[in-house]
Amino acid sequence: MDFLAGIRGPDFVMLCSDTSAVQSIVTMKQDEDKLVPIDSHKLFAISGEAGDRVNFTEFIAANVRLYAFRNGVDLSTKAVANFTRNELATALRKSPYQTNLLIGGYDEHCGPSLYWCDYLATMHEQNICGSGYGSYFVLSLFDKLWRKDLTEADALSMMRKGIEEVKSRLVVAPPKYIIKIIDKNGIRVLDEV
Amino acid sequence: MSRRYDSRTTIFSPEGRLHQVEYAMEAISNAGSCVGILTKEGIVLGAEKRITSKLLDTKAVGVRREKMYKIDDHVACAVAGITSDANILINTCRLQSQRYLLTYQEPIPVDQLVRGICDSKQGYTQFGGMRPFGVSLLYAGWDRLQGFQLYQSDPSGNYGGWKATSIGANHSSATGILQSDYEEDMTLDQAMKLVIKVLSKTMDSTTLSPEKVEISTLTMQNEVVNFKIYEDSDLRPILDAVNSEVLKEKETAS
Repeated sequence: MDFLAGIRGPDFVMLCSDTSAVQSIVTMKQDEDKLVPIDSHKLFAISGEAGDRVNFTEFIAANVRLYAFRNGVDLSTKAVANFTRNELATALRKSPYQTNLLIGGYDEHCGPSLYWCDYLATMHEQNICGSGYGSYFVLSLFDKLWRKDLTEADALSMMRKGIEEVKSRLVVAPPKYIIKIIDKNGIRVLDEV
Repeated sequence: MSRRYDSRTTIFSPEGRLHQVEYAMEAISNAGSCVGILTKEGIVLGAEKRITSKLLDTKAVGVRREKMYKIDDHVACAVAGITSDANILINTCRLQSQRYLLTYQEPIPVDQLVRGICDSKQGYTQFGGMRPFGVSLLYAGWDRLQGFQLYQSDPSGNYGGWKATSIGANHSSATGILQSDYEEDMTLDQAMKLVIKVLSKTMDSTTLSPEKVEISTLTMQNEVVNFKIYEDSDLRPILDAVNSEVLKEKETAS
């Protein structure tokens, strides 16, 4: 089962996902990067049905790029999140995309933002969010630990604690995870656990 | 000789011109003029009303405004040309603006709105066999990326961003006055006086009254975009002030 988690700080967003790609009872690969860049300052953390996951993300990313070329300016994270939600909602009553995602981004004018989106086109903007079975363990932990003035180091330790919790308590916990951060300088890989 | 190439909108003449588009622009130069000036404090739009009659029921829906229309909370426009054509375009503007808002939950950047309308206007000059719209528009808007902007579009689907411009009857003499009198750091009040002065010089009548003129401004009030169309009561003192200034200028000149 996919695991996704996100933490928003005062000037950064941190996202984490597991790195297994699974096909029925077989683990196809253990180094699948599910934190996909949409542009220089936005990431999607994607989970769900294998084909849908990649197809949908590539479709959104292509539209975001086209917008930037046509209009000479990037979309804000809020606009990308709402556009994504709109696409999920339109497809919902025809042929739904079975993917849940977290959208994190950093904008000049409003700083970091983090959105949780599920395959039914529900969307929430949150300071902490998670997706998958692992999220049940991680959300209550993050609720306790999150503060408005988190530093990057605090958030990283919070995320590591969350991963430890998932590994020890979830019966089908994935073995490996990747953590990335977005701030005013763009996207960086922080850790691979 | 070029008469042969008039009736089909979507073909070139031998001299490489699109006659229907040019005739559409001809139609607009007979319509009531519009003037727009961009300042750091906002945009002033002024227009000459052609439909003036004391029999007009100004409270009836659809008659209240002849020239100025609000497209969205942050964009407004003034039209010159065939009013019924203008209504269709304004509706399209409003639709496009709301579609963008629905998808992105953010207001449409002004230049994208103008480009969208102009792309659809261009379609009528290239395929379909329908005549072009006989309307030019002045768009006044504000967005987070570029601040206050003033655009002008014409039936060919061309558009440009302007600091000051005019469309409709006598637009070339109006633009001439704007070229000599426009200053980079004008305040909104100075711009309004200039708009009214330009209108009084290009309209048939020398003294302006609220029945003949529509004035509006697009500004920021408390961090919210505010589009104000001046009512008669607000307009009268401003017009009187400019009228007396213009009169004084004439007296000192003669």
